[in-house]
Amino acid sequence: MSTEPASKRLVVEANAISLTFETADGRVDALSNVSLQIAEGEFVSFIGPSGCGKTTMLRVIADLQQPSSGTLSVNGMTAENARLARSYGYVFQAPALFPWRTIEKNLKLPLEIMGFSESEQKIRAERYLSMVNLKGFERKFPWQLSGGMQQRVSIARALSFDPAMLLMDEPFGALDEIVRDHLNEQLLQLWKSTEKTVLFVTHSIPEAVFLSTKIVVMSPRPGRIIDVIDCDFPVDRSLEIRETPEFLKIAQRVRNGLRAGHSYDE
Amino acid sequence: MTSSSLTLPARRTPSLVRHAIVERYLPVATMVLALIAIWYVAAVAMNWTLVRDAFEREETPYTISDVLAGTMDAERPLLPAPHQVINAFVDGVFGYPPLAPRSLIYHSLVTLSATVLGFLLGALFGISLALLIVHSRVLERSLLPWIICSQMVPVLALAPIFIVVLGAIGLQGLLPKSIISAYLCFFPIAIGMVKGFTSPDPLQIELMRTWSATSRQVLWKLRWPSAVPYLFASLKVAITISLVGAIVAELPTGGEAGIGARLLSGSYYGQTIQLWAALVAAAVLASALIGIVGLVERGVNSRMGAH
Repeated sequence: MSTEPASKRLVVEANAISLTFETADGRVDALSNVSLQIAEGEFVSFIGPSGCGKTTMLRVIADLQQPSSGTLSVNGMTAENARLARSYGYVFQAPALFPWRTIEKNLKLPLEIMGFSESEQKIRAERYLSMVNLKGFERKFPWQLSGGMQQRVSIARALSFDPAMLLMDEPFGALDEIVRDHLNEQLLQLWKSTEKTVLFVTHSIPEAVFLSTKIVVMSPRPGRIIDVIDCDFPVDRSLEIRETPEFLKIAQRVRNGLRAGHSYDE
Repeated sequence: MTSSSLTLPARRTPSLVRHAIVERYLPVATMVLALIAIWYVAAVAMNWTLVRDAFEREETPYTISDVLAGTMDAERPLLPAPHQVINAFVDGVFGYPPLAPRSLIYHSLVTLSATVLGFLLGALFGISLALLIVHSRVLERSLLPWIICSQMVPVLALAPIFIVVLGAIGLQGLLPKSIISAYLCFFPIAIGMVKGFTSPDPLQIELMRTWSATSRQVLWKLRWPSAVPYLFASLKVAITISLVGAIVAELPTGGEAGIGARLLSGSYYGQTIQLWAALVAAAVLASALIGIVGLVERGVNSRMGAH
């Protein structure tokens, strides 16, 4: 990126976050001493094997789970206040659309809840549906759309109330490679045009390197950050960039990080 | 398939329609015919000694075919033949002015009003209970055992007590019957709706949380719509149960009016044909009620985008 991230406002400031579960098999350290800073407008990917705490980290930031210790500031407030102030839109791995609502009404649901006026709801539904290229599908029901289209609806829904951040938990994990590539390009466009801060959890190295300005590599047992990689490809990059040596170099560094996290394990 | 049906798929040719009807109703029709045949055979077998003894008492000579014919039109048969029941039913429905005391329509209307009122009360009560249970774990633990207990006492034993107690505080006629009916039918609705209100996907609940929705918004925009399939499944069970409740409630009132009263007086005076005609009326009523609930369900489903 051309602008210096450090000069921008911080939207996430995590200090020594730890989270332990008590399970039947004993204590599980989902997160151990995680510190992280994310500036406004960044696209941050969390990558790592299952159980490394990347989803937990996202959920802690979203106030869907509470850390056992550590301090966390989201958009300048506590995580709970940030949630109450509707500072973020959350996209799950499954679209989680409401099957009895049309696409348009699904998009309007958060707006209804937040008390937007009827006319404003209509304007926003139109704007965000066309943003994810789903104009003309307003009256369809979710089952009439493919998985990729449904996920685009859920992204539009998360953006509809114009939150400061977009939190995405493996949003394309259930989709096939081709649809995934296509959606990655669209997401990049969206990020560029909306200038949102995006936090993106993924399993896929190429996806992380292609999309991010910053890649957070995590490792399990206990869940922790083992590397943070800055990544500054031009904003108008296309999928072809994945063949360039720079791209492969970063992908290699991510892979090394993941491997290092695994070495003592098994 | 013909070429015209290929170019105009919306317009089915008559032969295709007829084919679909045959396919759909043939098994049902076969079953009905088989049952009627079995019924006739049973009517002959069960009424045989009755008719033969009558001939012998009157000391008239008789042939086997006389007895056979007698089993088909006895006045008080053990088991009336199907055509006798249908005649009595048709006569009860069309033979009298609708509000005459011998009209089946009159008695059906009496039972129907208690059924519908009981069903509405039961639905209201059942849904309210489900809401309380879903919103409070303490209430779940304290209410659920009582709800289950309430259904273990046979309603035949409870109905007279209800009628007497409610009569003592001045409640008579429609309301006591409806309360017994409601007492029976709230149960499947409460159980079904507890299941329905807790059926939303955890992701949908978390989404509501990320939008910081109030619990009222979660109820109206998520829990209610999710519970609709459960609601109709339990309403279909409940509507027949509330009909049974209304009929049972008519028995201890001494049989003034209603299908229950017809059943009671039919069995008192050995009027088996009247008894069976009242049963048919109850069956027709039950089917009609389920049909109405089904129609409402279809309407609601199509508005909710079911496929």
